Amino acid sequence: MSNSGNVGIVIVSHSAKIAEGAADMVRQMVGNAVPLAWTGGDPEGGLGTNVAGILEAIELAWSPAGVAILVDLGGAETNSEMAVEMLPEERRARVVVCNAPVVEGAVIAATESSGGSPLTAVQRSAEEFYA
Amino acid sequence: MNLNRSAREKLVRALAVAVIEHADELTSLDQAIGDGDHGLNMKRGFEAVLATLPALAEKSMPEMLKAIGMTLVMKVGGASGPLVGTFFMELGKALPEEPTRADLVAATGKAIDAVKARGRSEAGQKTLLDVLVPVQAIFAAGGDARAIVAEAAEAAKRTTPMLATRGRASFLGERSIGHMDPGSRSASLLIGAAVATLELEAGL
Repeated sequence: MSNSGNVGIVIVSHSAKIAEGAADMVRQMVGNAVPLAWTGGDPEGGLGTNVAGILEAIELAWSPAGVAILVDLGGAETNSEMAVEMLPEERRARVVVCNAPVVEGAVIAATESSGGSPLTAVQRSAEEFYA
Repeated sequence: MNLNRSAREKLVRALAVAVIEHADELTSLDQAIGDGDHGLNMKRGFEAVLATLPALAEKSMPEMLKAIGMTLVMKVGGASGPLVGTFFMELGKALPEEPTRADLVAATGKAIDAVKARGRSEAGQKTLLDVLVPVQAIFAAGGDARAIVAEAAEAAKRTTPMLATRGRASFLGERSIGHMDPGSRSASLLIGAAVATLELEAGL
């Protein structure tokens, strides 16, 4: 069972294979200690990202401590920000899109989360890759 | 500038047809400097809009625009979905039910500001804003239908020599120069279709 008290991690890639693979790497590091979901591909399953898929992933990885989203390229970021704005207001402030590389960011963010760190610390740990 | 139900239906159909008929052209522009999915993505989005057409035209103008925007956000994918979808949603939010030309000028200005915020971008970066911003300026200055459509086409052409600094084309650096921006082209197609319908149905 996942520990729902920890910050959730959502992985958004243009490629479902990359998103799933990154999620596998996260699981290897942190097991089930962190709520985790991934999404990738356009609404027809081609390369791309889509808001509906991201909303579903946020729901799956939801934690009262919040959710950190890791994205690959521009469209993933724009669609993730759009998805965050479409969340109910009480959830919106507890979801962040990290400015970090998707694979490394997801692994480090999940590792940070698994120690019980708050959302700000999880985001900061992922974003240190670009600092 | 009131559009009755039948005029609203014509407007939506014209927007969708403009994008769908040019999907191959948009894709080939995007293959040159992007990821080659712009035509397909926009076509998917506007086909989804068309699929809701009879019900869509029953709505008031603001509600109809918001619904179009939401469908585009959910169905287009890529960065274009949130960008073009935001434009329609914000336009709907800003318009009264029976808009005057001045209302439409103000609402398009607000919708463009929302697109800038969504994309964290400004005109000059080789994006759809390079069409939206100058066309809105002509519209705000009192330009007629012909002037607006001409500016839309010209503004899209003016993106060709530009260096992309936002969006996927920015990865190419100087190699983005010499190709028209696909998002600018689709924006100019949508403007052309909207203006033609508004002129015919409401005397823009």
